Amino acid sequence: MSPWTHGLSATELWALFGHFTMLSLLAVGGAITTVSDMQRFVVGERGWLTDAQFTGSVALAQAAPGPNVLFVAVVGWNAGGVWGVVAALAGSLAPSCAVALAAGRSRERHRDSRFVRAFTAGLAPLTLGLLVATAWVLLEPVRDERRSMLVAACLVAGSVAWMLRTRRSPLWAVATGALVGAAGWLG
Amino acid sequence: MNDPSGAAQASAPPGAQRKPASPWQLAWVFNRLALQGFGGVLPVAQRELVEREQWLSRDEFLALVSLGQVLPGPNIVNMAFIFGQQHFGVRGALAALAGLMVAPLMVVMALAVLFREFGTQPQVAGALRGMGVVAAGLIVSTACKLGGTLRHNVLGLPTAAALVGATFACVGLLRWPLVGVVSVLGPLGLALAWRQLGERVQAPRS
Repeated sequence: MSPWTHGLSATELWALFGHFTMLSLLAVGGAITTVSDMQRFVVGERGWLTDAQFTGSVALAQAAPGPNVLFVAVVGWNAGGVWGVVAALAGSLAPSCAVALAAGRSRERHRDSRFVRAFTAGLAPLTLGLLVATAWVLLEPVRDERRSMLVAACLVAGSVAWMLRTRRSPLWAVATGALVGAAGWLG
Repeated sequence: MNDPSGAAQASAPPGAQRKPASPWQLAWVFNRLALQGFGGVLPVAQRELVEREQWLSRDEFLALVSLGQVLPGPNIVNMAFIFGQQHFGVRGALAALAGLMVAPLMVVMALAVLFREFGTQPQVAGALRGMGVVAAGLIVSTACKLGGTLRHNVLGLPTAAALVGATFACVGLLRWPLVGVVSVLGPLGLALAWRQLGERVQAPRS
C-alpha cells in the first residue's frame, strides 16, 4: 500500500474532504465536538479505520503538543496516507478560517458598538464555564478509582499553583504528570 | 477602506502594551506556544500572549477566545487567525496559522508512526493519562486567571458567576450537546449585557 493514499481512490479522498468541510462549519465549540460524527463516518460508514485506530488517533493528538484539531491529521493519515492528511486538514480548516476572517474584520470595524461590547461581555462567562467543563471531562479517566482520584487532585492542584505562582513553562508540569502516570499511580 | 493596522491603532485599548513587529515574529511566537501546548494550547497562549509578549490584556484575550469559541472550527485556530489578521491582514492570519500548525503537525505525525510500535505498553498509556490530568490543571489555572476579569464585567459578578456555573453544569456535568447550550445561554448573556450597556449611558469600558 502506498503511503501517499493508503489505497484510497481520488473519489474517496474527495469524500473525506467533503465530509470534514461540512463538520468544520458545524464545529461550534471546537473541533473536538465533532469527534463522534467523524467516528461514525470514517469507521462506521466507510470502514477506513477500525474503532481502536480511531480512538488511538484522538488520544495521541491530545497528548502531543499543539492544537487539538491535529487529531484530524492523524485520522486522515490512518485513513488515506499523505493525501488523506491534506484532505482532512484542508477540509477542517478552510471553511472555518474563512468565517473567522470575516468575523474578525467586522468586529474590528465595529469594536465600540453596543452589540460587539454586549457580545464580548455576555459571552465571557460562557467561555469560562466551558473551560472548567473541559477540565472536568479531561479528568474522566481517573475519576472512578479512589487512589487515582487523590493523585489526580494533587497533580491538578500542583499544576494550578505552578501556573499561578511561577512564570516557568508549563512543560515542567506536563513532564511531571507523564512521569507520575508512567509510574502507574493513576490507575 | 481596508486599513486594519490604522483602525486598530486609532482605538488601541488600554492594556495592550505591545504589538508584534512582523508576520515572522507572529509565526515564531505562535509556533513557540503551540509546541508547549500539551492537551490544549489555551493555557500556554494566555501565558505567552498576555504575560510574556503583552500583546493582549486579559480582557482582550478573553474576548478573542470567546469569539473563537462561538465561531465554527477549532477555537485556538480561529483565535490565532483573527489575531494575525488584526495586525497584518491576511498575511498575518496565515503567518499565525502556519506558526501554530506546521511544527506540531510534524511532531504528531512522527508520534503516529511511533505509536504503532509502543502504544500498547502500560507505561505509555499511563503517561498519556498523567499528561491529561495536568492538562486539566493547566486549564483550571487559565480559568482562575481569566475569572478575575469578571469583576468588572458589565453583567455584574453574581450574574456572570451564575452563567459560568450554568454553562459548566450543562456541558460538564449533564453532558448536553454544546450547540444547544451555547445557543440558549449565549443569547441570554448577550441580552443581559446589552440591557446593562443601555442603562449605563456611554460608560467606556473595554
